[in-house]
Amino acid sequence: MLEVIDLWVDVNGTQVLKGVDLNIPSGETHILFGKNGSGKSTLLMTIMGFRRYKVQQGRILFNGRDITEMPVNERAQMGIGLAFQRPPAIRGVKTRDIFNICNSDGVSCEMLAEKFDFSSLLERDLNVGFSGGEMKKSELLQLLLQEPALILLDEPESGVDLENLETLGKAINRLLQKHLWRTRAKSGLVISHVGFILNYIEADAGYVLMDGRIHCQGNPRELFKGIQRHGYRECIQCQR
Amino acid sequence: MSEVTRNRAELAKEKKALFGTDVDLRQYELPADNKAGIVKPESLSEEDRKKIISSGVDLADPNRAGTFLQADHRIVHCAAKQPGLEVLPMAEALEKHPWLEKFYWQAVHVDADKYTAQAELHFQNGYFIRAQAGQRVTTPIQACLYMRHENTAQNVHNIIIAEEGSELHIITGCATAPSLKSGLHIGISEIYVQRGAKLTFTMIHDWAEEVMVRPRSGIVVEENGVFLSNYVCLKPVRSLQMYPTTRLTGPGATARFHSVLLAPPGCELDTGARVILEAPQTRAEIIARTITTGGSIKARGHLRGLKPDVKAHLECHGLILAEDGVIHAIPELEGQTAGAEMSHEAAVGKIAEEEIEYLMARGLTEEEATSTIVRGFMNVRIEGLPPELQAEVDRAIEESEMSML
Repeated sequence: MLEVIDLWVDVNGTQVLKGVDLNIPSGETHILFGKNGSGKSTLLMTIMGFRRYKVQQGRILFNGRDITEMPVNERAQMGIGLAFQRPPAIRGVKTRDIFNICNSDGVSCEMLAEKFDFSSLLERDLNVGFSGGEMKKSELLQLLLQEPALILLDEPESGVDLENLETLGKAINRLLQKHLWRTRAKSGLVISHVGFILNYIEADAGYVLMDGRIHCQGNPRELFKGIQRHGYRECIQCQR
Repeated sequence: MSEVTRNRAELAKEKKALFGTDVDLRQYELPADNKAGIVKPESLSEEDRKKIISSGVDLADPNRAGTFLQADHRIVHCAAKQPGLEVLPMAEALEKHPWLEKFYWQAVHVDADKYTAQAELHFQNGYFIRAQAGQRVTTPIQACLYMRHENTAQNVHNIIIAEEGSELHIITGCATAPSLKSGLHIGISEIYVQRGAKLTFTMIHDWAEEVMVRPRSGIVVEENGVFLSNYVCLKPVRSLQMYPTTRLTGPGATARFHSVLLAPPGCELDTGARVILEAPQTRAEIIARTITTGGSIKARGHLRGLKPDVKAHLECHGLILAEDGVIHAIPELEGQTAGAEMSHEAAVGKIAEEEIEYLMARGLTEEEATSTIVRGFMNVRIEGLPPELQAEVDRAIEESEMSML
């Protein structure tokens, strides 16, 4: 579904990605590990198409189509959805309005909000005064309404207390159609810094991103164990 | 009015205002006959009617407790439909109620500047609105000051009194005829909210490109009184300068000011609100949302806390949507006692790109994302405003969005 080929990206004059290659087939969820500042978010932001992230070389293909130069909204309409790590607060714009913007199928925002204990936040200005967990929940509910085919999650567990992690895990599994087997069509690329998310979602492959390149690929749980035991730098040495 | 007042006005005839471009008053004609005259509503053209309606005042609207309409210096319509409510032209009110002298030039000084002086020396009516003690007038009252003649000065003096325990909701629209280009409007407004009374005051301005506007307002709120002001100015005007002062004189008095301003190219707005918290447990809030598409805006705010246990907040957010637009936010906090709790928040800039791209990631085009953010920015909801007045404000904002984006 997603194919990234030899991607080089510059952010404000700094070379952040230096030849990233990856391939996520339909129905699979991949996890990207890496230290702070390794370029994980840059990769997601570039796949989504934000202007600050300048592609200097390489291509991004989505369902076989080259989207490297495509505007953000067209990528969204084609089926790419991103849950932000730190979404902006937008004063005066009600969370409900954003939910309605995302809602493609006329799903009831009220019912969804109630199910995820989010009803009281619908009338609030988007992300104004939200806790970390509330922001994350809002992001995931927006994606549930948007129903993208490729789901990009930027550190979905950061800033969320343990109690809420399980609810978020449920939302993520639903997004990724983890209840389906043969007919599962949704793919995911999840960034994790601390790896907690592995306890809540089943991932098919994991990578380590370091110094702007992907260094190894493997079973995500084993990979994460290695990272925990040896640290990132040593981990990529041994896997290599 | 008294000789003394007149003399004070005479002495202040040339006195420049502290803020705003100095207006040469001699440039604007004064009507030869300044006495209150009456013109029939039928004499208004269809275009005039439309313009008046767009400023929130509809003569045909049955859901208004009272109406006042003045075109240039003449009264077009004046009526009160509810017992305990009085709506009169100012000249008539002054004759009928000699006690009104106690309120006339009390909240605003006659010699404050050349504009207040001109309003005294060349008085051209205005409205008097009063809710008698204990009367709750929940249906809005509408008032419109309309200018039809090119290059004239309109000098009005208004007084509103919400007597003890009463409730009043007023919507005032100030507008100019579609053909009018240039003129001067001076409006004195003295507003008295007595003990336990509540007054909401919604003002929608719709001037023309070369019109100079100098409102001069003073508000006095007594013990447990509530004054809410909602000001909308989204149409072009050459120069508008106003800085109303509110005194919260009794414990528990509250004042809230919300304003939404737009400055297109060539437009100069210098506005704000000043609240003096003179009694304990008083509360004040000033919230301004300003947008420039090329004009210049000074957004002022001044809170003075004189007694302990007062709380006040000032907020000014400005959006610069054009390269050459200017917004200058000037918030001032002045605490003169321990126990005064005052804060302010100001931010001026363009729309953050990350907000636009965030909405684009949800599928909106760049234009749709921008307009969603601007609409949200102007979305000022004032607590306690009757829904029909909120609807008028929303409509004015919606209309201006079209022209802005």
